[in-house]
Amino acid sequence: MSINEPASVTLSESPGKIALRTLARDRRSWISLSILGVILLLALIAPFYASSIAHTDPFKSTLNATINIGGVTRQVLEPSTEGLGLGITPIGPTGRPGAYFLGADNQGRDVAARLLYGARNTLFIGASAALVTILLSLLIGLIAGYRRGFVDSVLSRLLDVIWAFPVYLLSISLSVVLLTSGLSLGFIHVGPGSIALPIFIIGIVYIPYVARPIRGQVLALREREFVRAAVGSGAKHSTIIFREILPNVLPSVLVFIPIMFALAMLTESALSFLSIGVQPPQASWGTIINDGLGLLYTRPVVALAPGLLIVLTAASLNLFGDAVRDGLDPKTRARGDS
Amino acid sequence: MRKRPLILASVLAVATLLLSACSGSNNSASTSTGGSSFGAYEKDKAGGIVTFVASAAGGTLDPKVNYTAQYWQLYQASYDGLLGFKYADDAGSFEIVPNLAEALPEVSNDGKTLTFKLRKGIKFSDGSDVTVNDVKASFERIFKVLSPTAGGFYNGIVGADVCLKAPATCKLDQGVVVDAATNSVVLNLVAADETIQSKLAVPHAAINPASAPAKDAGTTIIPTTGPYMYKSYDPNKELIMVRNPYFKEWSHDAQPQGYPDEIHFKFGLTATAQVTAVQNDQANWMFDPIPSDRLNEIGTKYADQVHIQPLTAMWYLPMNVNLAPFNNVKARQAVNYALDRAAMVKIFGGEKLAAPVCSFLPPGFPGHVDYCQYTAGGSVESPASAWTAPDIEMAKKLVEESGTKGQKVGIVVSDDEVNKQMGEYIQSVLTEIGYKATLKPISGNIQFTYIQNTNNKVQISLSQWYQDYPAASDFLYILLSCGSFTPGSDSSINMAGYCNKALDVKMQKAMTLGLTDPAAANKMWGDIDKEVMADAPVAVAFTPKQVDFISKGTKNYHFSKQYKMFVSQLQVK
Repeated sequence: MSINEPASVTLSESPGKIALRTLARDRRSWISLSILGVILLLALIAPFYASSIAHTDPFKSTLNATINIGGVTRQVLEPSTEGLGLGITPIGPTGRPGAYFLGADNQGRDVAARLLYGARNTLFIGASAALVTILLSLLIGLIAGYRRGFVDSVLSRLLDVIWAFPVYLLSISLSVVLLTSGLSLGFIHVGPGSIALPIFIIGIVYIPYVARPIRGQVLALREREFVRAAVGSGAKHSTIIFREILPNVLPSVLVFIPIMFALAMLTESALSFLSIGVQPPQASWGTIINDGLGLLYTRPVVALAPGLLIVLTAASLNLFGDAVRDGLDPKTRARGDS
Repeated sequence: MRKRPLILASVLAVATLLLSACSGSNNSASTSTGGSSFGAYEKDKAGGIVTFVASAAGGTLDPKVNYTAQYWQLYQASYDGLLGFKYADDAGSFEIVPNLAEALPEVSNDGKTLTFKLRKGIKFSDGSDVTVNDVKASFERIFKVLSPTAGGFYNGIVGADVCLKAPATCKLDQGVVVDAATNSVVLNLVAADETIQSKLAVPHAAINPASAPAKDAGTTIIPTTGPYMYKSYDPNKELIMVRNPYFKEWSHDAQPQGYPDEIHFKFGLTATAQVTAVQNDQANWMFDPIPSDRLNEIGTKYADQVHIQPLTAMWYLPMNVNLAPFNNVKARQAVNYALDRAAMVKIFGGEKLAAPVCSFLPPGFPGHVDYCQYTAGGSVESPASAWTAPDIEMAKKLVEESGTKGQKVGIVVSDDEVNKQMGEYIQSVLTEIGYKATLKPISGNIQFTYIQNTNNKVQISLSQWYQDYPAASDFLYILLSCGSFTPGSDSSINMAGYCNKALDVKMQKAMTLGLTDPAAANKMWGDIDKEVMADAPVAVAFTPKQVDFISKGTKNYHFSKQYKMFVSQLQVK
């Protein structure tokens, strides 16, 4: 669609409907959602794949397992027969959906099955952490921006403290500390090794990146005529916040969701790669890359496969985020960029 | 000795040593020169810098405290005791020769008194003379710094019992009697000890200046007597050794002049990066086990740079007998039954590099008996002759019977690739038999001392033991006697915290018997081995072989069964 052919906009439609319609017309959203849908589907069928197709337990070491390929029984971890006969190499991709479709890792586990289970953890932690970030950021941004004054100062300084640390440095530090001891905050107790820990950590470290723009937006909205009118008419604070301000902040929040999802997923993968995220024998894409690191020379697929999935998912989420942003942006719609 | 953190392992009978030496030559891609000492020093081949690489440092540099093969290998070229192990290949390296002493000791008083004469003219690397006062201070320092072998090796010195109770004020006036006028040192023992000369030849008995700190020196450098001294030590980066300007060769057998001008030990490289560094001639030798991913490559493309050496050593899992769930013997036996030793051998690199075992004394060691209680078809009452397969069902049954099913178990391993893989496997096994197992990989720099300290409440860990000297007591007595267990200490080599007083008495008897009837003593050690393993304070996994991968430009490789590769004899010029 060219600039000279603006999108048809029916002024009587609600902004939400317009955004959805714009999004539906955007090829980027379809491509990204298709990829994300496939990945999500693969994650959901992980237990079925492991038990009914691959017939394997992806969390159990099976170093002495064997597999029959074309009538030939082969060890899953094959000893070398060349030269000095040193070393053991995991079986490579068999290309058969039955078992070891992508080969085995150095514990004799089915890489494909672990990849699917890894998707569950990575996506779940990424989505949950993004949700934690968004909800807490929204709360902080709304309170700080609306109340201003002392409350704003305190909350803003708290955000500054978190902001002062690079995201990964703070995530790693918190993970190292909490990994062995777990977390106890009042009635909340999270045990060591729980996947709730990376959710909490990642959810916290990204708050300033979302809360500050929201606060800025709320500060601006606070001065708008319709908010002043509501204040002047004696509306309650909660009514003003939830009926006047929040609906105007939500588009920004919606844009943040896929982006934060992607960032949280990447951070989770990084932490798990460093052995301070998802703990073995559980899998995440980061832990599988870590497992594959020792097999880069002989079985690179173990590290490459989760790496590829991380790239695809992050790219899709960002692409979708762009589409959402454009769909919610009246200026873009008016230009007909999409 | 542990491989990374340090050593102390066991002993090999001379006949066995010779036998394994022969088999070692067959298995090795290297050429062995037999048990004789090296040829004359070739001055034209001296010079250059030898570079070693490792994933982590070996901890404290203090020779009285460090107990890792990683640094004992270096101490061999820097610190000296009154006695030493001969610079010779294979089994010849177990021969004890006079080092700072002029000759082997005169033994009198029914083996309870050893008289040495200190060589004259030897200086420390700071230029000060080595005196008999330094000798006495060095023996007292063993106790003052809480050396990990203070209670296991040197508790037989007269006065040691008091020193063990009050280390800070340790005085061995009766135990180590010196005479500056005659340069003599008289070592008085409470009782004769068949292995005392071996114990005097290891680095914990090295002679340090009397001014050395009365605590673990850590990264502080203590002057040396050997051909090399330490120039700098940063455990996060590098250890640099340079020539000791005051060194003059006094015994070619005990401490020959070294070839390289400097020895650099760089830390922080992954095992894979170490392999690549050696392949590219950026390093001369790598310390860590070669990752299984690279073994095939170096076994085919770099076979002429690979040296495979049999070892008297073991990889094993100490289980804390004072902490749940392993304070229950059935839980410990369950782990022994469940462990698939063949699987662990695979992780280590395959059958060419290791062999499954489940007796405490390694095959070929004095006192070793071919038996396995914890294998399919075996039992404590009726052991099989060798390990064949795990018995998971028996393990599950024992866990049920012990009432420990479902309990949490933390496994502490070093964080290098091979140890982590082993840890993941152990976690899988413990989960399978009914525990909630978690893996705790920690830096190899601290893992060895961490798992010794009871304050860290380690339930089960993975460790290695390499012999210190050839005697069964070096495995059984050192690792599992009451004297080797010091709660709350980083130097408590009895990691299982196992203390069986009745067995302690038997071990003492076996050591005494060894003075007069070694064959009967070895039989007794074999029986003790079985009794210990019936209690299962540890699960022995396999006995490894050493794989030394050296760069193409590195010459004059020699291997000692005692200290492994002779670092000072490598030639790079």
